[in-house]
Amino acid sequence: MMNNHPPPAVRADGLHVVRGGRQVLTDLAFTVPRGSVTGLLGPSGCGKTTLMRAIAGTQARVTGTLEVLGRPAGSAALRPRLGYVTQSPSVYADLTARQNLDYFAAVLGLPGAERGRQVEAALADVDLTGRADSLTGQMSGGQRSRVSLAVALLGTPELLVLDEPTVGLDPVLRRDLWQLFHRLAEERGTTLLISSHVMDEADRCERLLLMRAGELLAEDTPEALRRTTAEGTVESAFLHLVDRARAADEPWPAHTGQKGRTTP
Amino acid sequence: MSTRTRTPHGATEPVTTRALSPHRTLATARRVLRQLSHDRRTIALLLLLPVLLLVLLYYVFDADRRSFDSIGASLLGIFPMITMFLVTSIATLRERTTGTLERLLAMPLGKADLVLGYALAFGVLAVVQASLATGVAVWALDLDFAGSPWLLLLIALLDALLGTALGLFVSAFATSEFQAVQFMPAVIFPQLLLCGLFAPRDSMQPALEAVSHALPMSYAVDGMTEVLHHPDVTGAFVRDALVVAGSALLVLVVGAATLRRRTT
Ligand SMILES: Nc1ncnc2c1ncn2[C@@H]1O[C@H](COP(=O)(O)OP(=O)(O)OP(=O)(O)O)[C@@H](O)[C@H]1O
Ligand SMILES: [Mg+2]
Repeated sequence: MMNNHPPPAVRADGLHVVRGGRQVLTDLAFTVPRGSVTGLLGPSGCGKTTLMRAIAGTQARVTGTLEVLGRPAGSAALRPRLGYVTQSPSVYADLTARQNLDYFAAVLGLPGAERGRQVEAALADVDLTGRADSLTGQMSGGQRSRVSLAVALLGTPELLVLDEPTVGLDPVLRRDLWQLFHRLAEERGTTLLISSHVMDEADRCERLLLMRAGELLAEDTPEALRRTTAEGTVESAFLHLVDRARAADEPWPAHTGQKGRTTP
Repeated sequence: MSTRTRTPHGATEPVTTRALSPHRTLATARRVLRQLSHDRRTIALLLLLPVLLLVLLYYVFDADRRSFDSIGASLLGIFPMITMFLVTSIATLRERTTGTLERLLAMPLGKADLVLGYALAFGVLAVVQASLATGVAVWALDLDFAGSPWLLLLIALLDALLGTALGLFVSAFATSEFQAVQFMPAVIFPQLLLCGLFAPRDSMQPALEAVSHALPMSYAVDGMTEVLHHPDVTGAFVRDALVVAGSALLVLVVGAATLRRRTT
C-alpha cells in the first residue's frame, strides 16, 4: 500500500544555504505533503525567499537534501511541473498582460489552441480579464503581481511556490485569491507553498512552516500550533515560539527549553 | 533514495535543457519584437539615426566624395553593431534585474533558445535598419561602390549579430544601466579607433596593428571596403565575413554561458 504513494511535494533534510558569505538557512528539515496548502511564515529577512528559490532551483550554494516531487530540486524535469512566483513581479513591463502570458505559455510548450485557452483561464483566475490588453508597466502594483501570479498558473503545475502573492492587495481580492488557492488544491490536486508575513493569513493554510533567522521553529497545522503553545491565535503562538527560541539562544540564565520545535 | 542537490552553481545540468527548440526560440524572438513594438520612439531612433548620420556625413565631406564613399561604407557596417550592442545590453540587463530571467530559467527554456531568440529579433531589426541606411546611401547620397548591395547587407547583418552577442556578454558584468552604457565606449570605441576608419591599419604602431588584427570590427570594415572596390565576391571578402560570423558565434556561446540558472 505505502509504496504506491507518490513522494511528498517537497522534502528537505539537513538543508543549508549560504548567501553573501553568510549562512542564511541552517539545517532545515521538513516535508510538504502533496495537495496541501502550506504557509511559510516568518519575519522579514528570515529566509523565506531563499528557501523558495532553493525549491524552485534558482538558488546557488544549496547543500543537504532537497527533493521536489521526488527529484532533486532544480532538475530539468521539474521545470514544467513547478510554478514559481517571485516576490517582486517578474513580468515584462513593456508587454500587455495577455502578451506576457502568451509568451510564457509558449515557453512551457503549450500548443496553439490550448495556449489561448489557458491564457484566458489564467487571466480569469486572477480577475484581470478586463485589463488583459493593458501594458503591464501601466498597471497598479497589485495588478502587476496578479499578472505574475497568472503566469505561474499556466500549464497546471503540480507545485506552486508563491512568494508573498497577496502583499498589497485589498481584503476582497485577498479572500478571492485564497479561495483560488484552495480550489487549485482541491480540484487539481496542486500543492501550494505560500509565504507571507501577515499572520492572519496563517489560518487560511492547512499546514504551517514557521521560520526565524534561517531556522525552522515549527512545522504543524494551525490548530496544533495553538494547542501546543496554549495560545489563542497563530500570531501569539508564533511570538511564543520566538520568545522561547530567543531565550534558548542566550547563554544565560540556564533555560530549560531547547530550541522550540513542535513535531506533528 | 535521497539524492543530494549538486552544488555550487548546479554544476551538472542535464543535456535536455541545452537542446534547442525552434518553437521557443521563435516565441522569444517574437516577444522581443513585441516589446519593441510598444516603444515606437526606440524603433524610430534605431531606424532613422543611421540614415540621418549618413546624410550628415555626406555634407561633412561636401568637397570630398571619395572620402564619403569609403567612410560611409564603413559606417554602414559599424552602425548596426553599435545600436544592437546598446539595445541588447540594456534589454538583457533588464531581464536580469526584473527577475524575468530568473523566471525563464526556472521554466523549460534552453539558454540557446533565449540567446538565439534575441539574436533573431535583433537580426531582423538590423536587416531593416541596414536596408534603409544602404538604400538611402546608394540611391539618395550616390554612395559609389563596385560590389553588390546584398554583400553590404550581409556584413551589416553579421555585424549586428556581433553587437547583439557582445551586448549580451557584457550585460553579465553590469549590475546597473549606468554600468551597461559605460561598456559601450569600453568595448566599441577601441575597435572603432583601430578598425582602419581613422588611419590605415598598416600605418599604426606595430603593436596596435597586431591588436587590430584580433578585433572583429576590423574585419567588418575590411569587408565593406572589399565591396566598395570589387564588383565580385573576393576571397578577402569571404574571409572577412567568416571572421565576423565566427566571432559573433563565439561571443554568443560565451554570452549564453554567463546565463546561470542558479544565482547567489
Ligand atoms: N542577493 C543576496 N545576497 C546576499 N544575501 C542576501 C541576498 N538576498 C538576501 N540575502 C540575505 O539572506 C537573508 C534571507 O533573505 P530572504 O530574502 O530569504 O528573506 P525573506 O524571509 O524572504 O524576507 P522578506 O519577508 O523581507 O521578503 C537575509 O538576511 C538577507 O540579508
Ligand atoms: Mg522574501
